[in-house]
Amino acid sequence: MARLRTAVSAVVAFTLLVVAWELAKAVLPEDGVRIGDTRVLPRTDDAAMPHVWTVLARFGEPEVAGAAAQRTVGEAVASGALFTLGLALGGLVIGGVLGAVLALAMARFGLLERALLPWVVLSQTVPLIAIAPLVAGWGGKIAILGQPWQPWTSVMVISSYLAFFPIAVGMLRGLTSPRRADVELFRSLAAGWWTTLLRLRLPASVPHLLPAVRLAAAAAVVGAIVAEISTGTRGGVGRLIIEYAQSATGDPSRMYTAILGAAVLGLVAAAAVGLLDLALRRYRGSVA
Amino acid sequence: MSRFRTALAVAASAVALAACSTVAEPSAGPPADGGLTPVSLQLQWFTQGQFAGYLAAVDQGFYEARGLDVEILEGGVDIVPQTVLAQGQADFAIAWVPKALASREQGAGITNVAQVFQRSGTYQVSFADSGIAAPADLAGRRVGNWGFGNEFELFAGMTAAGLNPAADVTLVQQQFDMEALLSGEIDAAQAMSYNEYAQVLEATNPDTGALYQPSDFSVINWEDQGTAMLQDAIWANTERLADPAYQDTTTRFVAASLEGWAYCRDNVESCRDIVVAAGSTLGASHQLWQVNEVNKLIWPAPAGAGTIDEAAWARTVQVARTAVNADGQTVITADPDADAYTNTYVEQALELLRADGVDVEGTSFAPIEVTLNPGGS
Repeated sequence: MARLRTAVSAVVAFTLLVVAWELAKAVLPEDGVRIGDTRVLPRTDDAAMPHVWTVLARFGEPEVAGAAAQRTVGEAVASGALFTLGLALGGLVIGGVLGAVLALAMARFGLLERALLPWVVLSQTVPLIAIAPLVAGWGGKIAILGQPWQPWTSVMVISSYLAFFPIAVGMLRGLTSPRRADVELFRSLAAGWWTTLLRLRLPASVPHLLPAVRLAAAAAVVGAIVAEISTGTRGGVGRLIIEYAQSATGDPSRMYTAILGAAVLGLVAAAAVGLLDLALRRYRGSVA
Repeated sequence: MSRFRTALAVAASAVALAACSTVAEPSAGPPADGGLTPVSLQLQWFTQGQFAGYLAAVDQGFYEARGLDVEILEGGVDIVPQTVLAQGQADFAIAWVPKALASREQGAGITNVAQVFQRSGTYQVSFADSGIAAPADLAGRRVGNWGFGNEFELFAGMTAAGLNPAADVTLVQQQFDMEALLSGEIDAAQAMSYNEYAQVLEATNPDTGALYQPSDFSVINWEDQGTAMLQDAIWANTERLADPAYQDTTTRFVAASLEGWAYCRDNVESCRDIVVAAGSTLGASHQLWQVNEVNKLIWPAPAGAGTIDEAAWARTVQVARTAVNADGQTVITADPDADAYTNTYVEQALELLRADGVDVEGTSFAPIEVTLNPGGS
């Protein structure tokens, strides 16, 4: 029942968005709204905000008219989104493992926490555009287990770079969340560090970990798309956004198909984390 | 027990590190077994008509015939070809001369070995009824420019017309598309003859319901204004040019690349198909336009395609040293040293091509007429 309600509200929300979009087009002036020299609302003509149906119709049209291998824009966007989803999931897994290992190490050794945590925070202040060319530059220089570095490897690494942070911080918080009395109980029962970790700290970290994974999934998707744009990696939806944006002068609705694809991609990633949420439900609030 | 675990952890990280091995530096000499020499070429952007000659040389087997196995690396928003080349991740790179000179001044060891585009393709486009026919008319207007080193011809042109770019015009940072010009956000927009200018001609004019026509626009071509700078050139790694094997590879690479461009001059439609097949999504009529316009920048080449013209080079350096952009900076602060360009390899390459009967001057070149379709399709 609750799930049905979620589905209904999702459809309603989408419909409202479409209505708001078309309403803005109908009501607001074509040139947008300005206060002084600053535009506060965007232009609403067909070039800046194409009709929803124009965008949807574009999905069915061939991507490159006259090309030998025909595929529709919809197929291109779908395959691009799937490709990016794979890279983002890979980035999430790599980032998740890295973040979890860091959190465990920091929870185990106070010295490590004091030494590492500032660096973990600092890592997120380095702009992505500074890292992307650097990572892309590893191509042809590093091989993993004999496999050469592929362009998509760079995208996955950049995506994991964004994803590990919330998991490391969230899990560290979770691992140190059990009450003093509980920890002392385990100690009085002569439970070792591993036992305390498995029976107390890990279950206690779940309520902290789930929102962290949710954040990490979103970050991984954003990271993958931005990395694709930055390094020009072929095959993903990020590359499509910029390719279609190039032809936006003559065909503005096309870019929105790629943007819609990226949005759906984010929703799918969030839904995947929702499944994890269901699987770990029994641990929610188990150790208050 | 705990010590055992520590040892295990150390061993695990050692294995992980060992798994990441470094790959030996590419040596661009002919391989011992007489096979093809692997060569990588870094482009400035995604595959499109601007790079048709290199794609055609791969497709038509010109590189293979010269003993090269060429891998073409596409560019991206943050990929700087001259840096990729200087760091040894590619054997050759395509880059604009002013940007490459700026990178050289910051220490990138690269040398121009073939000036493929003999002319600049940068326009400043405005509506015909805006009354902007010359750089001086830009006074008081909203002038779009791309920044990031793509704007110096415009700034030099305005300065030469007696304008102070920082005070006399309103500078606007331009996006990838030309929407800002069509919607009237800016009065004059930067455009490449082979790309953005085609994009406005592929857009529908809301007043007529048909596509915009060239007569709707007024174009300032920096070639006519005397502030044009040299653009796409093949750059090689300066340090590696001391190696005779790399010298030989360079000659063969330049020769096969120019053969590709000669092929695109004589087979515009075929090159359009090659570019579309290489995965460009910009549309077939757009790519045909692009290949045709790029041909105009290369041909005719009286001294032989790819030859670096000393006068054009000197003008480029002059503009690069004197034109001041919106941030008050010039491209370079001192004249580039003697390693910045050399005609040695292109001359050898042209000899090879002439011996094979390839027309490398293109004196009889005539561009075709391209009809653009809506959206470039």
